Amino acid sequence: MNVHLKIKRFNPERDTAAWWGDYDVEVEPTDRVLDALKKIKWFQDGTFNLRSSCAHGVCGSDAMRINGRNQLACKLLIRDAGASITIEPLHGLRVIKDLIVDMEPFFEHYRSVMPFLVNNEVPADGRERTQSVAEQERFVEGTKCILCAACTTSCPSFWANDKYVGPAAIVQAHRFVFDSRDRAASERLEVLNSQMGVWRCRTAFNCTNACPRDIPVTRIIGEVKRALTTGRID
Amino acid sequence: MPTIHQFDTVIIGAGGAGLMAALHASRSVSTAVVSKLYPTRSHTGAAQGGIAAALANMEPDSWEWHMFDTIKGGDYLVDQDAAEVLARDAIEAVLELEHMGLPFDRTPEGRIEQRRFGGHTANFGERPVMRSCKAADRTGHMILQTLYQQCIKNKVNFYDEFFVADLIMDGGACVGCIAIEIATGEMHIFHAKSVIVASGGFGKIFKVTSNAHTLTGDAVAAVWRRGLPLQDMEFYQFHPTGIYKMGILLSEAARGEGAVLINGKGERFMEHYAPTVKDLAPRDMISQYIQTEIRAGRGVNGLDYVHMDFRPETINRYRSGPGGRTVTAEHISKTLPDITDFARVYMGIDPLLEPVPIQPTAHYAMGGIPTDNDTRVLDANGRVVPGLYAAGECACVSVHGANRLGTNSLVDLVVFGRRGGRAAAEYAKSAVFGSLPAEPHAEITAELDQLRNASGSERPAQLRAELQNTMTDLVGVFRNAKDMQQALVNIAELKQRYSDVRIDDRGKIFNSELLETFEVGCLLDVAEATAASALRRTESRGGHSREDFPKRSDAQWLKHTLVSRSAGSGAKPTPAGAQLNFADRPVRLGRFEPKERTY
Repeated sequence: MNVHLKIKRFNPERDTAAWWGDYDVEVEPTDRVLDALKKIKWFQDGTFNLRSSCAHGVCGSDAMRINGRNQLACKLLIRDAGASITIEPLHGLRVIKDLIVDMEPFFEHYRSVMPFLVNNEVPADGRERTQSVAEQERFVEGTKCILCAACTTSCPSFWANDKYVGPAAIVQAHRFVFDSRDRAASERLEVLNSQMGVWRCRTAFNCTNACPRDIPVTRIIGEVKRALTTGRID
Repeated sequence: MPTIHQFDTVIIGAGGAGLMAALHASRSVSTAVVSKLYPTRSHTGAAQGGIAAALANMEPDSWEWHMFDTIKGGDYLVDQDAAEVLARDAIEAVLELEHMGLPFDRTPEGRIEQRRFGGHTANFGERPVMRSCKAADRTGHMILQTLYQQCIKNKVNFYDEFFVADLIMDGGACVGCIAIEIATGEMHIFHAKSVIVASGGFGKIFKVTSNAHTLTGDAVAAVWRRGLPLQDMEFYQFHPTGIYKMGILLSEAARGEGAVLINGKGERFMEHYAPTVKDLAPRDMISQYIQTEIRAGRGVNGLDYVHMDFRPETINRYRSGPGGRTVTAEHISKTLPDITDFARVYMGIDPLLEPVPIQPTAHYAMGGIPTDNDTRVLDANGRVVPGLYAAGECACVSVHGANRLGTNSLVDLVVFGRRGGRAAAEYAKSAVFGSLPAEPHAEITAELDQLRNASGSERPAQLRAELQNTMTDLVGVFRNAKDMQQALVNIAELKQRYSDVRIDDRGKIFNSELLETFEVGCLLDVAEATAASALRRTESRGGHSREDFPKRSDAQWLKHTLVSRSAGSGAKPTPAGAQLNFADRPVRLGRFEPKERTY
């Protein structure tokens, strides 16, 4: 089928402002939106730029705004996107070129929440630490996160103030705060209790809708807020 | 002028092997990781089913059994001392991952839960054993995330989105590498005492593949272009269960949980071919049997696919669940959430209600840069190349021989990534910085500038597509001399046309068209080494199955292949039709004598 794509373009070496490019491609309804974008890049205009790698929704490279919604281009099929598709870079991050945005501020927020297990005690027998099935299930949903930034860049609070750590960083912090093996919950919660922490969340639910991994992001943020309010992690 | 950086150890690639190496090297020396992707985009993250280690959490197990399975699975082309390292170190490595915080699935006792996987058996082949440690069906994702987290904790230096295009050699030693900063197009020289290549695979030489767009073998090509050999390139694994036409992987974990393969006549055909382990036979055999079924007209609807069925009622009817236990839809959804999702998103099929069309998909390179058990790279004469190391899929130790077992790639990453990090750091501590040749970046810069300004008539993407068709059609699951000779003719012609490419983007900033074009050149080199090595080996062994030589021949071929280019050391692609040199290296045998491989 023939599909029309309207793509927001910007090349800092050539353009003074962003512009809309129009492209027609022949694709199958079962092709991914990414396949259509690759066809444009490979056979129509080599100057068009986007990031992509795994092409099946697990590496997080190709998050972008498709028909006004943050999605992975490799996880949305043409038949679901329609015959006329509008593509823009993620909002809230500086555009480097076409669909490529500067991810550094996003990863800076990620690093700010201590996204790593803190625990120097290892069982004397050298074996694994034990953890019950229930304890593992308490935090495991957040571990699916692929750091694609679809959630953070769909958040109105992040658009309003990019110093806000954003939903992705909160999900990463939650994953450790609620891990029975971790020993640094209070330090992490302190970061999240700061002026640029969880309280900037206005429960818009955009993040949950944007997550390609079906992580209940808003609920997870709510659990962090509750832990801060009650002083209890349960 | 390029920017010059100096680190004791520089690691190329930020997947499982690269990050594990970085963690260990950075404990004692200054370390940098240089990768063309953000680390968490690396393809380790796509690994699904698990990581093998004889923890014996579910039932009796031992590393000796794991070692034996690895050797037999590799059709006896495995170096047996390397397999011992793999199987022994696997246990410690998995426990180390748990200590780092990896969220493994747990048993009711709170231990790491394990499941069955193809070719992994109890008591030297008696029955399938539960050896694969896992986090649902996103084990690779969790390894990648966990290692990256620990690297952040340990303040490892990262150069994200820096594309390594050449190695710097001085007097036979490696003293660094050259990278392009993708965001600016500027050149960077990384001057190092030791360099670890951990760049992953090159599945994009094939059309139907589970591999990422970015797996183009650039660093493998760089090593080869610098005159060093590649080993066992003819052994490329086709994973039996890729999504039909797309190649996206549906993990072997599905069969570990009881899924069965069904042909067009409704038969569970693996019962005939591997009566003991059935659908849990190694991948090379199952892929070959699927092709055999399809050629015999027993594909589904007479087409080129069969079904993988993991509906609970099917598993329960065949009693194929773990230990013959009954499974429920809830259990399947919980243990295989991602692949269930893949079938729904990409096929529009709910695998809990319908069987899924599958076909073999190019998946994993057993061959690569030859190393010893401490990941030190070896030249064509078997001598260590000072300062150069390789680990993970790009390397050939060889622990996988002619066919890798499922779950052993993640073992390989952590075991040899760790050994590599330690060995490279140890070397760096006692070494001094080698002298940089004058203008070490000049040759690769000229090559890239020439591509950037190329105004010929060939679209790079067209050449890549034709290469991928050639390799899938002519150097695939079944091979013969006529097809492979044709493949080499095609590759030579594509190389000619590559010198006449055109590029639209002349810019510096994020010129991904330029880099993709460079990658096409790398794919052509790596594909040529693969096809030429495959043509030369006149036997069938593991993943290399020849219609014209259907038997394994230990008398003639129980040895590794080394291939190197005669074009000498440089940064440019190997010219079309340039002669390749072959040599052999003996397999290091040991306690397990080569036998006929039956399951």
